[in-house]
Amino acid sequence: MIATSLKTPSARVERKIRALVAKPGLDSHDRGAKVVARALRDAGMEVVYTGLRQTPEQIVEAAMQEDVDVLCLSILSGAHMTLFPRIIDLMKEKGLDDVLVIAGGVIPEEDISKLKDMGIAEIFGPGTPTRVTVDYVRNNLKRKS
Amino acid sequence: MTLSPKDLAQGVLKGNRRSVARLMTAIENEDPESRAAISQLYPHTGNAYIVGVTGPPGSGKSTLIGQLAKQYRKRKKKVGIIAVDPSSPFTGGALLGDRIRMQELSADEGVFVRSMATRGNLGGLARSTADLVNVLDAFGCDIIFVETVGAGQSEVDVIKLADAVMLVMAPGLGDDIQAIKAGIMEIGDIIAVNKADRENAERTMLEIREAIELDTEQKEWSPPIVKTIATSNEGVEELVEKLDEHRVFHMKAGLARTRIKGEIQLLEALKARLAETVMVGLRGDRDYETMIEKIASRQLNPYEAAATLVDKIVRKNQD
Repeated sequence: MIATSLKTPSARVERKIRALVAKPGLDSHDRGAKVVARALRDAGMEVVYTGLRQTPEQIVEAAMQEDVDVLCLSILSGAHMTLFPRIIDLMKEKGLDDVLVIAGGVIPEEDISKLKDMGIAEIFGPGTPTRVTVDYVRNNLKRKS
Repeated sequence: MTLSPKDLAQGVLKGNRRSVARLMTAIENEDPESRAAISQLYPHTGNAYIVGVTGPPGSGKSTLIGQLAKQYRKRKKKVGIIAVDPSSPFTGGALLGDRIRMQELSADEGVFVRSMATRGNLGGLARSTADLVNVLDAFGCDIIFVETVGAGQSEVDVIKLADAVMLVMAPGLGDDIQAIKAGIMEIGDIIAVNKADRENAERTMLEIREAIELDTEQKEWSPPIVKTIATSNEGVEELVEKLDEHRVFHMKAGLARTRIKGEIQLLEALKARLAETVMVGLRGDRDYETMIEKIASRQLNPYEAAATLVDKIVRKNQD
């Protein structure tokens, strides 16, 4: 079914989900993040990708300007316990508490409950089928239309 | 607490960035109240200089816009950027990657960057791009860059909304000559030959210059060609100078061009309104469904069907 710009009388108006895939810190590659970004796009979402080496301030500002429904943090360097709390704090400061925040990458088992306590809704480690991530996002958005 | 589009409009006028972002979403999703919100903002628009940036993929538009933004920031100007990327016609999704080239700008509160997907619209822009430009205008941006999708013959939406069209070319993209032959040169007010350190830069400049000179129509403004290397910020200051010159020219040409834009905006709004009236009028209409069957089995042609349906709606509206 080809999507057209003109809404047909029988078409349902579906709200687009907007996502930001961000890589805080000094990771050197973004293969995983791009895989997730593409999967979300293939699921019909509009995905803003900001590239490597983002500061928490840059990420939250982008999330705000792009008015995203979900923020996907990808990190490989192990600095998640420093960077994620900063990001969550900034999100709260800017009034973005209704944005779903998820994370992926290299995040040890033992840190997961701490991360969830601070506001990361779910962690999707390496090898998670993209279908799982996509479905989770669809079913757990905090903002409804 | 969800604010209504009208509340968000008030927030925009007060300079609240989150309101800007939220209102943009409401407009993109065609929230019924967003029209009223735009009406509230409209009297406060008309101050920003709108620069449409078009050109083939890979020519460096995003990087160049990022550098231009930094120049304007040095002058303490408020900058708005809207970057449009294509939506997949099959999944409806989109990968919006133009921000990658503008990373440092996220830390600057004097710059607002928004990425948009075309959502099926052909022509290089999204349907609500013009309205999002209005939001940034009312918000107080002095200059707004609108980056379009690609640069083929069909990506000409940008001329309807821009005060200046900047065409960004780069040597060695393969189809330079084709683009020139296709008349795309006609829409450029300023032409940047980016990646000017590449091998064929001089030749590209020459070809563009020739194409412009071949344009026999008497023009008051002769599009300047500027060599740039966006990644090392070369030529960017010169580009700003040319934008300044064009703005002066534009103000002198004044009412004439503004009037043309005004008419274009009215026609666009009329088309949208008419299409909407027709579609709303057809909701649940049995004839519509029956006609689709007949068209599929070749008993009826779409043009006849369309004429009949429109007559029906007009009559319905008259009652």
